[in-house]
Amino acid sequence: MPQDPAERRVVITGAPRRARRTSGYYRPRTEIDEQTTLGHTYVRSLMRSQLRAACVTFAVLVLLVGPLPLAFAAMPDGATLEWAVLGFCLYPPLVLLARWYVRRAERNERDLVRLVEDR
Amino acid sequence: MNENYSVPAVALVVVATVLVGAFGLRISRTTSDFYVASRTVGPRLNAAAISGEYLSAASFLGIAGLVLVQGPDMLWYPVGYTAGYLVLLLFVAAPLRRSGAYTLPDFAEARLGSQAVRRLAGAFVVGVGWLYLLPQLQGAGLTLAVLTDAPDWFGGVLVAVVVVATVAAGGMRSITFVQAFQYWLKLTALFVPALFLILAWQAHGAPRDAFDEPPAFRERRLVQIGSTLDLKLRSPLTVTATGTVDGRRYEDARVRLPRGTHRIGGGTRLTFDPGARVPEAGRGGADALSAAPAAGREERPLYATYGLILATFLGTMGLPHVVVRFYTSPHGVAARRTTVAVLGLIGAFYLLPPVYGALGRLYAPELTFTGDADAAVLLLPDRMIGGVGADLLGALVAGGAFAAFLSTASGLTMAVAGVLTQDVLPARGVRHFRLGTVLAMAVPLAASVLVGGLPVADAVGLAFAVSASSFCPLLVLGIWWRRLTPPGAAAGMLVGGGAALVAVAATMAGYPGTAGTLRALLAWPALWSVPLGFVTMVLVSLATPARVPPGTAAILARFHLPEELTDGQVRAVSG
Repeated sequence: MPQDPAERRVVITGAPRRARRTSGYYRPRTEIDEQTTLGHTYVRSLMRSQLRAACVTFAVLVLLVGPLPLAFAAMPDGATLEWAVLGFCLYPPLVLLARWYVRRAERNERDLVRLVEDR
Repeated sequence: MNENYSVPAVALVVVATVLVGAFGLRISRTTSDFYVASRTVGPRLNAAAISGEYLSAASFLGIAGLVLVQGPDMLWYPVGYTAGYLVLLLFVAAPLRRSGAYTLPDFAEARLGSQAVRRLAGAFVVGVGWLYLLPQLQGAGLTLAVLTDAPDWFGGVLVAVVVVATVAAGGMRSITFVQAFQYWLKLTALFVPALFLILAWQAHGAPRDAFDEPPAFRERRLVQIGSTLDLKLRSPLTVTATGTVDGRRYEDARVRLPRGTHRIGGGTRLTFDPGARVPEAGRGGADALSAAPAAGREERPLYATYGLILATFLGTMGLPHVVVRFYTSPHGVAARRTTVAVLGLIGAFYLLPPVYGALGRLYAPELTFTGDADAAVLLLPDRMIGGVGADLLGALVAGGAFAAFLSTASGLTMAVAGVLTQDVLPARGVRHFRLGTVLAMAVPLAASVLVGGLPVADAVGLAFAVSASSFCPLLVLGIWWRRLTPPGAAAGMLVGGGAALVAVAATMAGYPGTAGTLRALLAWPALWSVPLGFVTMVLVSLATPARVPPGTAAILARFHLPEELTDGQVRAVSG
């Protein structure tokens, strides 16, 4: 965050949040705090991007898991495969999906904070 | 099973739980510490605590038993329990933490500002919590009965007393330490014996027929039948019997049983030859933790599988002991990272129960019809290795199983007691919380002692289905949809959750007796009751647009904005 040295000193001695709030008299920040139309637009756009990230990840999950019971039922001797997939192979993709989503969600939030505080 | 080792192991787990709890008690000073550990629990400790709390007796013993009896289709249970956390992460985790509420009723009130919705959510939390506590207590009784000669009720009472003592004494902070400790204990207790069992399996030439359908006996096996049951034979079978078979007495005689159903009297001893196909249990072989609503699965296996997937994927987010954990994270970002860590931890744990299920099919196939399938995890070390080593491994598993009962029961008691203290008892504060703890545990304990023979796995399935049809719509729509109204939320919870409740209650009561589509629909309600809950909530909300709560925009802003932006006036505006 570009701040001049004098302000940096305040950050060290005081509570960090308060310190940042003194620099927060930029327009978007007040818009959000005061519930103006522009503030609502910021919140809405954040919600939309977060919901999109969640829905994309959920769609991948559905595509990954949804066809499996049908596939197992269609295969006459799919028991061994079913053991391997359900017992082991599904867990790593679940964790990877979660990590991918968290990175994306945190990026969305960082983008908004940067927009609000540094404009 | 040698009780000289397993009883000290169980005692050790109980004592360690109390000690770790007491350590937490010493640093649990304020009311905030008590309820939410002052919201300072870091992701790693919190993730271990969440996982420790979540991995219940149904996970530790039940999954291996289910897989043993019903085959690999049952592996959808652990997959669903894990994926439920992914869905929770996607739609709920961070906004739920930022809502600043402590329980689900708090969330309902903060979002909708309605006392009626709050009370309804509270009733569902208490109901789901009690349903989930019941199998923990009964599972503890079953385990102690298998390990020792203790009466069935003793294990449940033991768990109840230890849990009430730790929760009432230390509250959330001490529970956090206890749960984190118990996750690692449970993982060790399954992992170390599994290593030895796999080594033993390799020493036996790594037989692969565990995956055959149906399983067969590998060696000559004497099976003692406990109480009278029916066996279904797909092909003729020759056994050596001492006791009653189809109403006739035999004394160490070879009996050739034709294809069909045969009634075996209680106390009968059957000796199976190597290579004999394992018969299936008919009625009477019903089992405690692993008797999933098998009704309906037989007729509509694909429908039942999808019902199971939907209930576990969407039901996890509404379980009261899961939700309460998110308030202990310091902020929304930490709540998300905690959830990812939880996915890793429980995913790692769930790699182990299938190992026990597969080895159980190989080495203890008779458990599929004797009704002790839940004991597979406890019995395998003795069956496969033998000697003092097996006794020690068995003791480790027994200790882990008890950790499973204690941890899940603690979390559920915490959540139910929180709701009872805030919404039912006249005043808040730590003393009333302790009273709430006793109440939260007393009801399911009384039920487990009185209603001994209830099929408890149905209670777990019921809890997931009810949670998926009531709390999932409330949380998802409450967090993402601006036009949700109090009447809509109440109607959705009542119609969706109520329908699921009625459906599974009807199944448990044995209705309808005839096999068919209706029975499958009622036994696995999630596939229709979840959409019903969502649709009702949306339609009633759209029909009552005037009732959209006034501060909705500010509340949703608080749910979604990062904390650094909401420290100012937004919180003041929305209360």
